[in-house]
Amino acid sequence: MQTDLRRSALSVPAGGRPVPARELRRGSGRPVRGSSQVLPLLVLALFVVFFVLPVLWLLLAATKTDDQLVHANPLSFGSLHALRANWDALTAYQDDAILLWLRNSAVYSFLALVITLCVAVPAGYALAMTEFRGRRTLLVATLVVMLMPNATLVVPLFLELNAVHLIGTMWSIILPYAFYPFGVYLTYIYFSTALPRELLDAARLDGCSEFGVFRRVALPLATPVVALVGFFSFVANWTNYFLPYVMLPQSDQFPVQVGLGTLLDSVPQFNPTAAGTLEVQRPELALATLLAITPVLVVFLFSQRFLVAGMLAGATKH
Amino acid sequence: MTAHSPGTGRATAPGTRRALWPGRSGQAFVGAYTVLLVAFGVVPTGYAIYFAFTDGGGNFTVLSNFTEAVSDFRFASAVGHVALYLLWWLVSLVVLVVGLALLLHRLAATGVSRALRFLYYVPGALAGAASVMVWLFVLDPTVSPAGVLLRALGFHTFGEVIAPGHLPVLFTLIAFWTGAGGWIVVMYGALNNIPADILEAARIDGAGAWQTARRIQIPLLRKWIVYMVILAFAGGTQLFVEPQLLSQASVGVAGRDYSLNQLAYDFAFQNNDVNTAAAVSVELLVVGLVVAGVFVARSGFFDAD
Repeated sequence: MQTDLRRSALSVPAGGRPVPARELRRGSGRPVRGSSQVLPLLVLALFVVFFVLPVLWLLLAATKTDDQLVHANPLSFGSLHALRANWDALTAYQDDAILLWLRNSAVYSFLALVITLCVAVPAGYALAMTEFRGRRTLLVATLVVMLMPNATLVVPLFLELNAVHLIGTMWSIILPYAFYPFGVYLTYIYFSTALPRELLDAARLDGCSEFGVFRRVALPLATPVVALVGFFSFVANWTNYFLPYVMLPQSDQFPVQVGLGTLLDSVPQFNPTAAGTLEVQRPELALATLLAITPVLVVFLFSQRFLVAGMLAGATKH
Repeated sequence: MTAHSPGTGRATAPGTRRALWPGRSGQAFVGAYTVLLVAFGVVPTGYAIYFAFTDGGGNFTVLSNFTEAVSDFRFASAVGHVALYLLWWLVSLVVLVVGLALLLHRLAATGVSRALRFLYYVPGALAGAASVMVWLFVLDPTVSPAGVLLRALGFHTFGEVIAPGHLPVLFTLIAFWTGAGGWIVVMYGALNNIPADILEAARIDGAGAWQTARRIQIPLLRKWIVYMVILAFAGGTQLFVEPQLLSQASVGVAGRDYSLNQLAYDFAFQNNDVNTAAAVSVELLVVGLVVAGVFVARSGFFDAD
């Protein structure tokens, strides 16, 4: 409803504005603008430093020795040799534990992603394009659960899964991950705004079954939203900490996020009681952090456009 | 079937569509999702409520689990910690996100704006434990890239930086670093939706950037600001990974039993008292549910049809 208002407002052609007004603005506005532009740019630049500096530091820290980390310039490059040494030391920790954790993260996130897509896309489609008893209730429940932070249900989920003896299995996190109401909401918005119903009706007239309409008409048109839901679900699963921390007690089952916590416990500078046993040096922890974020960072870099659209879809229908 | 009731559905070609619309197919499409919604949304909620109102033997206990949780020496301080953190987090989020989005919007034409929005968004990739790792380093004066700044502020050791009184601000920094970029993108999009002729009219009337922002843009952003505050509030009450990892990194000196979720975790797994843990969870659940429910019902953001 509000969307239509906004869209019509946006579609007011630029030429519709009175030309003299524009001239007036340009004439009187420019000198003021020139001088007032400096401070805003400075503020924006300051925040670039705030947001980017730690990431940059992390990239460089993995190439240093612990000594260089303390004494060299924080933003200097160490050496490839040190990077190699950090890699060797990190992978030696509990016999390739970091690689196992990364593999676990990949398996959990990917399986959950597949289930999410198989479940959420048809559900969003049905909520948007069909009528059935309980549709409204389901939609409202989806919105409410979607707005609840995902940490809310962690302890209750533990109690539930403990009762059915799933604790310690990978399904104890894959199945809760697979329940992704935000994905249903995104597909619902997408289908209700982007898919003309006449198209579905035409397919039905041609003798398509209800499932055929979904598979042959709706699904091929849904690629953008499938990618979007896939992205958000993957990132949410990959970065989740609390749920696997509670559900998976064994180190060899950890996803990499929880594994980082284990590594942190072995860094003597942060945990003096760890000294002497299985030490992890700080640059190794930095390298592990880097490895842990790489998949998400790569997806980020390659899907900027999707992301922006998705962030906005979270807040508006458009 | 509901398909034939006049009030439901969209207005496109109602006559022909209704006749062709088998009402049950929709339910088949949502079947799997409904199962997950019940299993991982409804049942755990019910389970938490059941545990919160019973004792270890399954007897109904009225409110004793709740009073036990509330009277625990850690409870009041955890509520205080979370409240203080929320105050910092929400104020900085509103002021800085709106401010930065407005500044970026003024640069819109230059193309710099697009690049900056992306750079602000990048730390979002480090959500969760990774962001805490990065900030453990950034907050340690001996290795920090901002070491000069920390020393100028009078901090020379990691321990001094993470003094308990600083934690709300530090958690705000971490949360802002990972989360603000996404909200800036949302606010920027919302600013773009303000019709150009309104801003044009303001300029003709002689409004400067500040007045345009205060009298036109910010009032028109109000809905999105409320959306952001509500989600950030609900998320902030669930603080867990930041204090948990910080307490690991400081050998329990800072951040232990800091938040309510940590307390629920400790009740369940340190004290083996799932009933009290469930009581804390129910309290957090109520906050989450009420906030989400009120927002869905009142905001007009999510018109169900």
